Amino acid sequence: PPAVLLKDMKLMDVKLGQLGSWLAMRDFTPGGILGAVRRGYERYYNKYINVRKGGLGGISMVLAGYVVLSYAWSYSHIKHDRRRKYH
Amino acid sequence: RALCPLVPAAPAALRALPPPVAVGVLHTTRQLHTTQQSLAPVPPLPEKGGEVRHGLIPEEFFQFLYPKTGVTGPYMLGTGLLLYLLSKEIYVVNHETAAAACILTVIIYGIKKFGPDVAAFADKLNEEKVASVQAVKDEAMQALQTAIEAEKKEQWRAEGRSYLFDAKRNNIAMLLEANYRERLLMVYNEVKKRLDYQVAMQNLRRQKEQDHMIQWVEKNVVQSITPQQQKESIAKCILDLKALSKSAHATL
Repeated sequence: PPAVLLKDMKLMDVKLGQLGSWLAMRDFTPGGILGAVRRGYERYYNKYINVRKGGLGGISMVLAGYVVLSYAWSYSHIKHDRRRKYH
Repeated sequence: RALCPLVPAAPAALRALPPPVAVGVLHTTRQLHTTQQSLAPVPPLPEKGGEVRHGLIPEEFFQFLYPKTGVTGPYMLGTGLLLYLLSKEIYVVNHETAAAACILTVIIYGIKKFGPDVAAFADKLNEEKVASVQAVKDEAMQALQTAIEAEKKEQWRAEGRSYLFDAKRNNIAMLLEANYRERLLMVYNEVKKRLDYQVAMQNLRRQKEQDHMIQWVEKNVVQSITPQQQKESIAKCILDLKALSKSAHATL
């Protein structure tokens, strides 16, 4: 197998022990972050939305993610509706 | 150098260098378009998107867990996770839960009932878009095809240029010939006119001489007839007439 540099390897191929160093090597400049966001968006878009017969899963996954994220952000507010104090 | 004082004189070290290679050499070693990459034709869209189970979880997750936990693994994980969230009250059951439950029920009922129809409608819209663009492409292809055929026909026509030139050459030859004959005819006519003139002159002269001679002879003869001769000739004529009338009476 051809040797690939650590920084060029995909996340799925990185061993657990190398995870720290792999994360450190990633590009955290604003341009890099923007590029990563764009790449992620392109991957999702081309896989689930930019097809001939797109299904429900394409948008429903995005909406579910939005629901979960908004729940997480408002957790400090929802905490007060808990029924028991100690779990 | 002395005439343009603004140009700074290059230092001797620079002038001593050999001239750059680019002077007078064609850049033929640089190659363009060495890769096969090109923007056209665009690959067609995939038929179906990534598989999603229950509308929420991608199929890859189930495949990821299948070797270790089999088919029920992800469901067990989901159930365990749900119970953990509920028991630790990371997910709090409050009025929003009831609202969410009602909304989800309605949404799922709507999707199950009207899903296929909406999908068919969207597919039809897509089909129309694709068909219209395909029609444009087909028309363009057709137009180019006819253009190609027309071009080939023009090339075939151009092959007949030898015939065209032959015909033109024939035309010119005919023109020259006609011109030549016309001038020949003109020359002939002119020469004939002059010769006719000469002939007419000669005829006229002879005619005049003849007439003049006849007139002169007649005049002289008339002059030479003496009265004595006139009387004798008249008497002879009368005698001849009498003889003739006698012979005419005899034949009757």
